[in-house]
Amino acid sequence: MAEYESHEYDVLVIGAGGAGLSAAIEASAAGVSVGVVCKSLLGKAHTVMAEGGIAASLATVDDRDSWKVHFADTMRGGQYLNNWRMAELHAKEAPDRVRELEAYGALFDRTAEGRILQRNFGGHKYPRLAHVGDRTGLEMIRTLQDHGIHQGMQVYMEHTVLSLLKREGRVVGAFGYERERGRFHLWQAGAVVLATGGIGKAFRITSNSWEYSGDGHALAYHAGADLIGMEFVQFHPTGMVWPPSVRGILVTEGVRGEGGILMNKDRRRFMFDDIPDLYKNQTADNPEEGWRYTQGDKEARRPPELLTRDHVARCIMREIRQGRGSPHGGVFLDIAWIREKLPNAAEHIRKKLPSMYHQFMELAGIDITQEAMEVGPTTHYVMGGIRVDADTQMSTVPGLFAAGECASGLHGANRLGGNSLSDLLVFGKRAGHYAAVRSQEFPVGPSDSGQLEKVIQEALAPFERESDGEGAYQIQHELQDCMQDRVGIVRRQEEMEQAVKTIQELRQRASRVRVTGNREYNPGWHTAMDLDSLLTVSEAVARAGIERKESRGAHFRADCPDKDEAMGKVTMVVRKGTDSTMQIEQQAVPAMPDELQQIIKEMQ
Amino acid sequence: MSTATFRIWRGKGQEGRFEDYSTEYSEGMVVLDAVHKVQAEQAPDLAVRWNCKAGKCGSCSAEVNGKPKLMCMTRLSDLPLNEPVTVEPMKAFPPIKDLVTDVSWNYRVKQRIRKFAPRKPDFEDGTWRIDQQDVERVQEFRKCIECYLCQDVCHVLRDHRLHSQFVGPRFFVYAAALDMHPLDTEDRLPDLQQRDGIGFCNITKCCTKVCPENITITDNAIIPLKERVVDRFYDPLGRLLGFFRRK
Repeated sequence: MAEYESHEYDVLVIGAGGAGLSAAIEASAAGVSVGVVCKSLLGKAHTVMAEGGIAASLATVDDRDSWKVHFADTMRGGQYLNNWRMAELHAKEAPDRVRELEAYGALFDRTAEGRILQRNFGGHKYPRLAHVGDRTGLEMIRTLQDHGIHQGMQVYMEHTVLSLLKREGRVVGAFGYERERGRFHLWQAGAVVLATGGIGKAFRITSNSWEYSGDGHALAYHAGADLIGMEFVQFHPTGMVWPPSVRGILVTEGVRGEGGILMNKDRRRFMFDDIPDLYKNQTADNPEEGWRYTQGDKEARRPPELLTRDHVARCIMREIRQGRGSPHGGVFLDIAWIREKLPNAAEHIRKKLPSMYHQFMELAGIDITQEAMEVGPTTHYVMGGIRVDADTQMSTVPGLFAAGECASGLHGANRLGGNSLSDLLVFGKRAGHYAAVRSQEFPVGPSDSGQLEKVIQEALAPFERESDGEGAYQIQHELQDCMQDRVGIVRRQEEMEQAVKTIQELRQRASRVRVTGNREYNPGWHTAMDLDSLLTVSEAVARAGIERKESRGAHFRADCPDKDEAMGKVTMVVRKGTDSTMQIEQQAVPAMPDELQQIIKEMQ
Repeated sequence: MSTATFRIWRGKGQEGRFEDYSTEYSEGMVVLDAVHKVQAEQAPDLAVRWNCKAGKCGSCSAEVNGKPKLMCMTRLSDLPLNEPVTVEPMKAFPPIKDLVTDVSWNYRVKQRIRKFAPRKPDFEDGTWRIDQQDVERVQEFRKCIECYLCQDVCHVLRDHRLHSQFVGPRFFVYAAALDMHPLDTEDRLPDLQQRDGIGFCNITKCCTKVCPENITITDNAIIPLKERVVDRFYDPLGRLLGFFRRK
């Protein structure tokens, strides 16, 4: 058997974005030993890309805000498929987590009184996003990183986990490899926290980087954990569309929060054409009112550009499909127009949206203070993921915890912007705390060497195959095309069935992939190792999408365009069957207690 | 589509050579796209670090035609494509493979710098009041994406290899961000003067020129820190006054 290095920690955290670092900090604070394994260098995880802000009802800008309003907004945005308990905890604890981040050194933009400034965002009734210009994610990850490195945790940068290890039905560690030398590592742990983020790389057009191959989802699935809500993939309405090489890169919702408007090629503000009933009361019916809202007028209602992401993305798709799109297959997002309203508009835009200004100037040669951007939907986030207990974040497999994007429940059928960063802080901390507690009850023990041998064999097999095997990149690209075209923003039964078939064929081909070169920092090998995760999450998305025969939130089916009341009460559960095939089951969403139902009623 | 040649460093550790790869390019492509294309079509084991592809994570630092750059923000249309485009790893750090270098020294240096130590909260609910003006002064430094291009270009590290006595521009920016943080109470000046070697910087401003975030590293971070160090440790009058003030 190949050699490997062994390590032991009370708590092992896999992933070092906002959720992973929050978990590691909290577990370290509890006094247990903590190891953190991450695929990239520390501080480079996708949290860095988050732009808009952290949603928390601090009520510094509008004192009508409270956890109750935030809770109701989150549930409405998720079309009531959310885990109500997670939505409740999230809304109650987010303000404290933001203040904690400030105590760690984060510097948010301020109000005139010197308090944390909050901005408007889609689906949030009041200005609620604590932010730093449009680089809030960078501020958050750097703050957690700079705080975390002094807490005693050991970080394994550029290491990838291939498999979770189980003994007597519980998770006892993980096994993987390091990129630099290609050597194998065993991490034994009393508890494991998955914080691996999303699955964006399963799609061709995405705001996600190479890392987001659904590793945590797949690791948990293979370990026997339930995945829920996998049909709900968020397509962010505004990604860059031109030039081709930047297609998919995110354009923050903050642009619309600051007054940016969406227009088709006829310069029509098409978002006024379709306002869902659920939001009619809260949405402006004329441009003037919408503008006043973005400038902080408390009497005004929000412009339709700030409706939920699923809806805005579909309206944009409608304009494009009906031939009213922009020259490169998007629509126009215009912030330059505010010069009609503000004397120092160009300076204001550069100050409020510095990264967007920079991004368009450098990558597209467009000055957003002078001309409109071209934007279109991009795969951004997966609401579905590992089913967890709301309070402890433990999955359905003992000893295995999950937090952040790879966990599921908080966002239901659609996530509100800004609720992701707060999710990472609130549930990262909870996962870290309860993992630390559990690690004291179940200390580290030996692993099954037979299990390790099998993982090593599979990992090395691509080097030993005959020369006619194909490379991993081609399979990855074909999978991305398949998911983009057949399980994208607008879905149909036959297309999704076709996708499941294609995924199975690709899986056959993946089992014959060949890797050239050796194990030292070999991206061909890394891509091959990620294929299983990508294929697993893709199949879960497609199968759950087939099962949900209605349109709700981010899941839109052209063949069932309406909501189905019965379907609104069930969650799709995906798990690995005893015969290793993917099983899917519908389960009732737990009923909400009366007092929370009352809150939702009051907030309508 | 037209074709361009990329002269990419292929090597392990100190050993290696340039290899030429011809590949097609299209409008708007950046150097990182070309490297990925070569990787997918011709050299599957070509090692390169990258993440966000939008200039926000600072992973894909390299030297393009001899200049320290983020590959994801370097557009082909800004380069002369009638001759080969050279792409090689940063020089201030030990090479690992191809375009990937060992930047772990930076992480060790950061760990040594005294951490943020806030003053007591202004209110019982644990919050502070801070002026936007005070926030803005520091926000420039907090834009840093830790690409380490400033470290790469700094002659104290690149040519003189004084890694053991000098922390480099990135960590002067980091120290400045902490020092000028409106809530911070820690004193980092003795470390900066002695252990971190701020005196080695002779303000040639190379770091400022390569910063992809346009942080005014030398003028806004390093010079003010140098001034504080000088005031504290080298100004006899100031020391005398300080002596009386402490009384």
